[in-house]
Amino acid sequence: MGYRVHVTVNGTPREAEVEARLLLVHFIREVLGLTGTHIGCDTTNCGACTVLLDGRPVKSCTVFAVQADGRDLMTVEGLARDGELHPIQEGFHERHGLQCGFCTPGMMMTAYALLQRTPAPTEEEIRWAIAGNLCRCTGYVNIVEAIRYAAEKLRGAPVTTGRGS
Amino acid sequence: MATQAHGMGHAVKRKEDARFLRGKGTYIDDITLPGMLYLDIVRSPYAHARITAIHTEKALAIPGVLAVIMGRDLDRYGLAWMPTLMSDRQMVLPIDTVLYQAQEVAAVVATDRYTAADGVAAVEVDYEPLPAVVDPRAALRPDAPVLRQDRAQKTNHIWHWEVGDREATDRAFREAEVTVAQDLYIPRIHVSSIETCGCIARWDPVEGKLTLWMTTQAPHAIRTVVALVAGHLGLAEHKIRVIAPDIGGGFGGKVPVYPGYVLAVAASVLTGRPVKWIEDRMENLQADSFARDYHITAELAATKDGRLQALRVKTIADHGAFDAAANPSKFPAGLFSICTGSYDFRTAFAEVDGVYTNKPPGGIAYRCSFRVTEASYTIERMVDILAHELGIDPAEFRLRNFIRLDQFPYRSALGWTYDSGNYEAALRKAMERIGYWDLRREQAERRRRGELMGIGISSFTEIVGAGPSHTFDILGLKMFDSAEIRIHPTGKVVARFGTKSQGQGHETTYAQIIAHELGIPEDDIVVEEGDTDTAPYGLGTYASRSTPTAGAAGAVAARKILDKARKIAAYLLEAREDDLVWERGRFHVKGSPERAKTIQEIAFAAYTNHPPGLEAGLEAVAYYDPPNLTFPFGSYICVVDIDKGTGEVKIRRFVAVDDCGNIINPMIVEGQIHGGLTMGLAPALYEEITYDEHGNMLGGSFMDYLLPTAVETPRWETDKTVTPSPHHPLGAKGVGESATVGAPAAIANAVIDALWHLGVRHIDIPITPWKVWKVLRERGVTE
Repeated sequence: MGYRVHVTVNGTPREAEVEARLLLVHFIREVLGLTGTHIGCDTTNCGACTVLLDGRPVKSCTVFAVQADGRDLMTVEGLARDGELHPIQEGFHERHGLQCGFCTPGMMMTAYALLQRTPAPTEEEIRWAIAGNLCRCTGYVNIVEAIRYAAEKLRGAPVTTGRGS
Repeated sequence: MATQAHGMGHAVKRKEDARFLRGKGTYIDDITLPGMLYLDIVRSPYAHARITAIHTEKALAIPGVLAVIMGRDLDRYGLAWMPTLMSDRQMVLPIDTVLYQAQEVAAVVATDRYTAADGVAAVEVDYEPLPAVVDPRAALRPDAPVLRQDRAQKTNHIWHWEVGDREATDRAFREAEVTVAQDLYIPRIHVSSIETCGCIARWDPVEGKLTLWMTTQAPHAIRTVVALVAGHLGLAEHKIRVIAPDIGGGFGGKVPVYPGYVLAVAASVLTGRPVKWIEDRMENLQADSFARDYHITAELAATKDGRLQALRVKTIADHGAFDAAANPSKFPAGLFSICTGSYDFRTAFAEVDGVYTNKPPGGIAYRCSFRVTEASYTIERMVDILAHELGIDPAEFRLRNFIRLDQFPYRSALGWTYDSGNYEAALRKAMERIGYWDLRREQAERRRRGELMGIGISSFTEIVGAGPSHTFDILGLKMFDSAEIRIHPTGKVVARFGTKSQGQGHETTYAQIIAHELGIPEDDIVVEEGDTDTAPYGLGTYASRSTPTAGAAGAVAARKILDKARKIAAYLLEAREDDLVWERGRFHVKGSPERAKTIQEIAFAAYTNHPPGLEAGLEAVAYYDPPNLTFPFGSYICVVDIDKGTGEVKIRRFVAVDDCGNIINPMIVEGQIHGGLTMGLAPALYEEITYDEHGNMLGGSFMDYLLPTAVETPRWETDKTVTPSPHHPLGAKGVGESATVGAPAAIANAVIDALWHLGVRHIDIPITPWKVWKVLRERGVTE
């Protein structure tokens, strides 16, 4: 039997009837048609499916779509505004923080949530924040730099060049 | 606005980022076709069992379940078995016996993925468990059950392979002043790309055409294999299109053909509708090809003053139930014969025996060109052990035994001709960068205080760029690679390659190569790969072969275009071809720089005003067959601190000096090294697939299979030397896997270095806190 789910997705209200067991990640990808959110492990370990639910990062492979009813959802497709990349996206591009790109949306959503609550994170804070997001390509160094770039840009601080390593 | 052609050596930002950053990449599971069905797989809970019955009634009764496919259904069409890349054969679905846990037993086709999973749960299979053979050494005993009854084999031994001079090596060992021997186990590990494998098969009965969207690193080779296997069903090569869309990491795991792909094709033919199959992570970890799993005994012979003389290596390779290794056909143990490494040996001998066990098919190359990681780990561990035994500093020992600069091109004792190298320069740079001698003093100081600090070196030589067609083929397909460059009238370029990026940044790197050769801005060049209907035939991306082979093909194709462009320019400028000077982007007449034609003007003329007698158009194709492999190298130094209470190893610093010849994009190269180092850290300290005595996999999800996160991964420090390859058109060598190959030994060497004074000579990777803690406890260092 179906359940009616209302969510606001990247600022736009959407609704659909879904099975009770439908996972949020499948709701996002297959019902809403937003395929930027990826599936990597089905067990809340890899973080590729991370989205923001009421501003907090959740791994959408272990949340039911019905649990999102009446809530605010933000996915990678909501990062860029008016065609302009968000500073986090810009940082990942500038600092080569992605390779295959598969973990990138989840990684950026986690970074977005981090910078909302910690505008000037240390390297250690960044590394702990993204510890729930696995990347097999980059070795994380440039992801850390990408997030640092975004933090500086969002704070209006001059963006430092190079990495000093 | 004119954009600039940056060409080689520039950290050009990646073109491909644009779609990935916006969530607009198209990975396999992002594709939905009208009427598409979903396939899910019933898998064996046993490692070895006879199937006595499969009951499908309950599954077929579920609304939305269309079919359950079993081995005997496929057998009717001769499709129950498929060939592996190593000329073995592998079950697509078993008819009577399963040979590893999680092996595919039946496939359910349904209207959506949830219903397909319901169908899988409803299929009932009756098994009669059989004794499992888990240890490859036990598998070789005469009383071991013979696993591959289908091959009429009398043992589980697959092949014996040897290289080198056995007699001269044995003699060198008999006469040596010093010898050391060590058993080393390199465990079974898994590439675990974050995107699992999957495909969509669409059989069009009207056109008689099969289209396969597939997570593959080698689309053309797959197309040929499908045609060879299923030709009797009317699947001919010109009616098969393989498309590899965006791929979420490959690392070697997306080279083989898995039964799921074949089942999706069979299901599409059966139902007449497109069928999607996407693995979940448990299936990926439990049933996709594994890497490593080498049981090695290595020996070195040397003089008392530390001059290496001979190397002898004996290995048992666990290949699981089917020999599905990805290797050039002529090298059953891949490029393991590079195990003489960076050192000048007078003689060497290596032998490997492949063995069947009740495990998933093994022997793929996890970010490594065909077992060079195993080879490199072996020699770098052994050199360290010998240096410590002789009381010679491991850095000094290496400097004493390196192949010298004046010995290149160098022919190794096991038959490879190294193109170029400067090993001493790389090691000295790494030592300087990390402050090696200061660290040694600090270590002595700390040791006096009872602290455990270690310094480990790995000076590896890689072997990439497969490969020269005289020795390199896969199932007879020679391992050249290809590029096709088409310049349109307005000077814009579409270039297609036979390789397939899985994150390596080909769209940017290849554009830079073309920009470098032709002076056309990168922004005006679109690079396409992965569609067999459009790209020229190539062998794909693995074993760091893209730049050495396809990159070279790109340069050669561009140079062919330039030859024609010169003719057109001469016609337009009314000059002799010999009188034209090329200045990257334009020709001018010698002595008259103002009399010039840009490449864009020449392109336009090629379609509008080309010389009489010359064909119109400006395009070229090149199939590049390298004269030799390339041999990138590097020196890595790792500093570790060990917690005496917990046995935990903490990497304090890691300096990597790499030499991959001339660099096309330093940003991408550095990114490849960072990623490779993390994939070298992983097996050194974390990753391992283990089985119990019944062949049950212990840990089949990311909750148990430990991948390093940003917290465990150190801040990698990188540097470089540049020693161009003398035979590559761009002097490049390839870099994608160097760090994975070089890093594990540096880390293991650092740990052993920290513990050597306690009498510890070796600990097998992964060096977990538990293993270290046990050693410390045995030696009374900790409670």
